[in-house]
Amino acid sequence: MRLRRRRRLLRCLRKSRELSNVQDNTSAIKPGDVLLVSTIRNEKIRLPYFLKYYREMGINHFLLVDNDSSDGTLDYLSGQSDISIWHTRHSYRRATHGVDWMNYLKRTYAHDHWTLVVDPDEFFIYPFCDTRPIQALTDWLDGSSIRSFGAMLVDVYPKGKLSDVAYQPGQDPLEIAQWFDTGNYSITKNLTYGNLWIQGGPRSRVFFAETPKKAPALNKIPLVKWQRKYAYVSSTHALLPRGLNQVYEEWGGEKASGALLHTKFLDTFSAKAAEELQRNQHYAKSAEYRAYEKAEQDQPDMWCKWSERYINWRQLEILGLMSKGNWA
Amino acid sequence: MSSVGIVMLVHTALDRAEQVARHWRAAGCPVIIHVDRKIPRPIYDAFRSTCANDPDILFCKRHKCEWGGWGIVAASQSASEQMLESFADVRHVFLASGACLPLRPVQELIDYLDERPRTDFIESATTADVPWTVGGLDSERFTLRFPFSWRKNRFLFDKYVELQRALGLKRKIPDGLTPHMGSQWWCLTRQTLSALLQDPKRTAYDRYFRQVWIPDESYYQTLARQYSSRIESRSLTLSKFDFRGKPHIFYDDHLQLLRRSDCFVARKIWPRANRLYQAFLTDQSEAMKRTEPNPGKIDRIFAKAVERRTRGRDGLYMQSRFPRHGNENGLTSNPYSVFQGFAELFEDFEPWLKKATGMRVHGHLFAPDRVHFAGGDTMINGALCDNAVLRDYNPTAFLTSLIWNTRGERQCFQFGPGDNQKINDLVARDTNAQVSVITGAWAVPLFRSNSNFADLRAEAARLQKIESEHLSILRSPLTKARVRIWSMAEFVESPMEPVQMIIDEITTGPAPQLTEAPTMVDLSGFGQFLQNLKNQGMHPYLMGDFPVEPDLVNQSRPLRKPYLVR
Repeated sequence: MRLRRRRRLLRCLRKSRELSNVQDNTSAIKPGDVLLVSTIRNEKIRLPYFLKYYREMGINHFLLVDNDSSDGTLDYLSGQSDISIWHTRHSYRRATHGVDWMNYLKRTYAHDHWTLVVDPDEFFIYPFCDTRPIQALTDWLDGSSIRSFGAMLVDVYPKGKLSDVAYQPGQDPLEIAQWFDTGNYSITKNLTYGNLWIQGGPRSRVFFAETPKKAPALNKIPLVKWQRKYAYVSSTHALLPRGLNQVYEEWGGEKASGALLHTKFLDTFSAKAAEELQRNQHYAKSAEYRAYEKAEQDQPDMWCKWSERYINWRQLEILGLMSKGNWA
Repeated sequence: MSSVGIVMLVHTALDRAEQVARHWRAAGCPVIIHVDRKIPRPIYDAFRSTCANDPDILFCKRHKCEWGGWGIVAASQSASEQMLESFADVRHVFLASGACLPLRPVQELIDYLDERPRTDFIESATTADVPWTVGGLDSERFTLRFPFSWRKNRFLFDKYVELQRALGLKRKIPDGLTPHMGSQWWCLTRQTLSALLQDPKRTAYDRYFRQVWIPDESYYQTLARQYSSRIESRSLTLSKFDFRGKPHIFYDDHLQLLRRSDCFVARKIWPRANRLYQAFLTDQSEAMKRTEPNPGKIDRIFAKAVERRTRGRDGLYMQSRFPRHGNENGLTSNPYSVFQGFAELFEDFEPWLKKATGMRVHGHLFAPDRVHFAGGDTMINGALCDNAVLRDYNPTAFLTSLIWNTRGERQCFQFGPGDNQKINDLVARDTNAQVSVITGAWAVPLFRSNSNFADLRAEAARLQKIESEHLSILRSPLTKARVRIWSMAEFVESPMEPVQMIIDEITTGPAPQLTEAPTMVDLSGFGQFLQNLKNQGMHPYLMGDFPVEPDLVNQSRPLRKPYLVR
């Protein structure tokens, strides 16, 4: 495992040559700041709300990799003082789906910082996020000697066809995609890395009903007190060293955990899926997007009678999708 | 000059400490501040100079404070000595930290202490009587040595404890002392505190307590017993601890809770909880607009948090709770009933059961073709679908999710050897499961079917093998489910007695009156069918003895009439 970690770190150094800095505001990072790292490709429409959401949460600095966007993302982001940007034209897939690039940025800038790694369509929620900024959480984690914090991906979707409502820049995507599945998840333990492997939810139900094993993984560990020697191995599903993956309790209790509301399913989805399929830059030869394309043709409505409308984190905690643990 | 002096230990968030110190001063209380020596000199100096404009905020000698170490006691000693020397009017010394926040007006605290001029407020209990132990150490805190830091050198700490245990090393507790422990936040009278600090034996005591683990929770608590004339064993500081002995932190959203807590001082406050500092330090009149005090509520909230962390919710499997085998504290969240063989033996068992009990009665949830939800639904609570592939990908997760999603409503479902058997271990180990089996009833649909006999024979052999494996799981001594097993022959003899028993167990409150019995299928010829199987070399034994002669079977027919045991 140490070898694997070393390999990942070497790889991220090698892949770092693919990144060219466009805007460097990293000198503004102060000790104790909470950072956000993300890779973006043609997501300009989502960025206004994304940045607003995380700024309000208390994120101090954004480290972004622009993977050759053609929609003016770079122009939009330039000039914002809490954002540093790197640009690359290279293959997303060959950079282990962006992991190598982001490992490099964290290694260089995020040492000893609490660091949140999310995609532009993921919205992090944690216990008490409506009343306490993210520093309350990270201070508490520090005080409890916890190094990493898990947040399961919860897919949210609209009622009706995806194309029914058009998403506007700056709009809260949860106004459109506000439904989720409450209790159809399946968990197994991954013995290699010691993390949990969670599948299920609407994607499994609608797109992978006949091939559930291929359904996307929903377990994520997006918030980590980063150290130079750490490395993500596969998206934010697993980390090395392995101890960081122990975000769950095995002796009966509940550890504190959050959720990532995944707002992939908006009207922008079809175009995105077509593009991604053509680029073929995703997991398992983009099996996921292939499945979407197939289902797309009959325009699925992911909503069902038992879908639940998202209200707040307390609802997810009562449903058992996340937990306050012993944070009160 | 007030009769109450405040000793304040400060480790971080100096700006907040200053704010609180000035609040104490505004009510006339002198304040002695101890600043942890780990804070760099320039920062300390800057802090000192901001407080310099108030002559009654003084700073004492600095010590290095390490959690669980002697430094915190040394700090409070220095500060207390300085307090007693510098302010002759002080009668009560109140130990607080920089993260403490006075909830009620300081004058109320002064008045309260004035009314009790001889009382020492210090939580102090003998080690034998209290269960607060972190790291499994209670009385050993006083008899072993702890040269290594628990936070930084856990390995050496543990090893050294083990070594001392193995060698049987024990320190002698100084004569006359009975170890007591309690909250480190106290309020002592000048009389007690000066007696404690000026005792000629203090050097000996200090030398002993230097090596005690977490001395700030035992030094004053033990020694106060020597000098005090009246100890009230409780702390005036509201402080809640989690399961690892770390203090819970208060945030802005605890404002209402703290208003109703009725305590003088609370800790620990998050330094950035602006609303709390705003509410309790600046507009006192606002803070006092309390509704009815309800101090128990804080207790409940924090006790619940500890329970959630240590035990969790029964039957919940999620991203941050995935218990190992045997540590589940309840494999499922709710009681449920599994019926095996009933739907085969009775014509209309499912609707009948639903009518009799009012529960949700499913068909074969684990059938190979699809999930037979109650009422033919394709989906159920939690968006679980009837797709058999999805279900069979993780059958136990399907069952535990189903029970979790429908908590509050008892689920009943049919099961049989034709179904996915992967849930059998889970169900057998589950105290929430009520399993009722009529063995061999799977032969009834075969008997009534219109297939070729060779196929029937193969199918019967397969089902019998599966069911007998299932039975051996159910009969294992490790089984915790409530299991009832009848052979079919036995059951057919008097069917309503067991049925009534099961239903009485399921229903809470007044037992329903079974006005109708379910209709049993016509079994005439069944004995002959079994004999035919035997003649083909396949011996069906699970159903018990069925006579071949149709007459005898017919004789048992009147039993199908409602025969209710009340």
